[in-house]
Amino acid sequence: MSTSNNIAQARKLVEQLRIEAGFERIKVSKAAADLMSYCEQHARSDPLLVGVPTSENPFKDKKPCIIL
Amino acid sequence: MGEMEQMKKEAEGLKTQIEAARKAVNDTDMASAAAGVAPAPRVQLKTRRTLKGHLAKIYAMHWCTDNRLMVSASQDGKLLIWDSHSGNKVNAVPLKSSWVMTCAYAPSGNLVASGGLDNMCTVYNLKTPVIKTVKELDAHAGYLSCCRFLSDNEILTASGDTTCALWDLETGKQTTVFLSHVGDCMCLALSPDNNSFISGACDSLAKLWDIRDGQCKQTFLGHTSDINAISFLPSGNAVVTGSDDCTCKMYDLRADQEVICYQDAALNSGVTSLALSMSGRLVFAGYDDFNCNIWDSLKGEKVGVLSGHDNRVSCTGVPADGMCVCTGSWDSFLKIWN
Repeated sequence: MSTSNNIAQARKLVEQLRIEAGFERIKVSKAAADLMSYCEQHARSDPLLVGVPTSENPFKDKKPCIIL
Repeated sequence: MGEMEQMKKEAEGLKTQIEAARKAVNDTDMASAAAGVAPAPRVQLKTRRTLKGHLAKIYAMHWCTDNRLMVSASQDGKLLIWDSHSGNKVNAVPLKSSWVMTCAYAPSGNLVASGGLDNMCTVYNLKTPVIKTVKELDAHAGYLSCCRFLSDNEILTASGDTTCALWDLETGKQTTVFLSHVGDCMCLALSPDNNSFISGACDSLAKLWDIRDGQCKQTFLGHTSDINAISFLPSGNAVVTGSDDCTCKMYDLRADQEVICYQDAALNSGVTSLALSMSGRLVFAGYDDFNCNIWDSLKGEKVGVLSGHDNRVSCTGVPADGMCVCTGSWDSFLKIWN
């Protein structure tokens, strides 16, 4: 019956919200600081950020072979 | 008061409580916190490869962990395995159903999977002398929008039936069903430590799940339309989402809320796909307007654009070594940029 379904759904929602309400949150300033720190630490090894030298680029333009 | 009334009241009370708790830690936002960070350089990437071979719209692509092979899925009814370095096709897998919406490469490189409007996830072994179907995972009551392998033994799926599921590839059965979304699930992403995953759905919510106990741990609000794309930052502490509401958002898991929104008044196309660079600083987001915009994840500024496709960009992917970004499109081509 749809009424008992609705009640079951409502119970599930309340249970879920109880779990989420109990979560311990950190300050956004701390979260942001950690994100910035991670990005900074890994920036130098991020090829799309710093660029890839042609000699090391596996996707560099293929030159046609010239048969001499 | 009837039980229904009581529960509605309790639900409203808990929602208010959660909103207040989020506000209490909201002492800044990402862009303000990053005001002192040097801007990301203007990113100008070139098309290094254009992969031609599909005969219809491409819906999905996924890199192999070897940073070289990739799988793409098209509604021409094929999965194609490409060697991105040479640009050659290595394998073609004919699909029983051409209405494919997703594909995935197993971390081992041994298996690929696909699925779509057939409501099934089909797993193929690439290493047998002839490519074989090893399992047809058939239990979802709606289309398969996304799938990701945990290993050669387990795969996660997201479905239009509003559920996600973890499957055992030996038995072909669902080990765990993840129930909480009230709209079609459109995308999922595995956490770097493989203990949790995040899902995005048409109910405009992103949800974080514990893979082992099946529990929804956190729900992220903010989008006003379907979430089509989702990805973890490499640190594992934040996720980025892309939506039909034309924005991308970053949610920090420990602060339990949105910390920045990537949007532009001039952009009025939905986001179809997204991928992050290795450090997490750059967000590559594919849009319905045929472009892929590049965002500075910390400052929220647009730092570049990948133009070149003649139709919607439907999928984006950065390999594990971060050496390039691949875009796939309804124009039937894949492009590799760096």
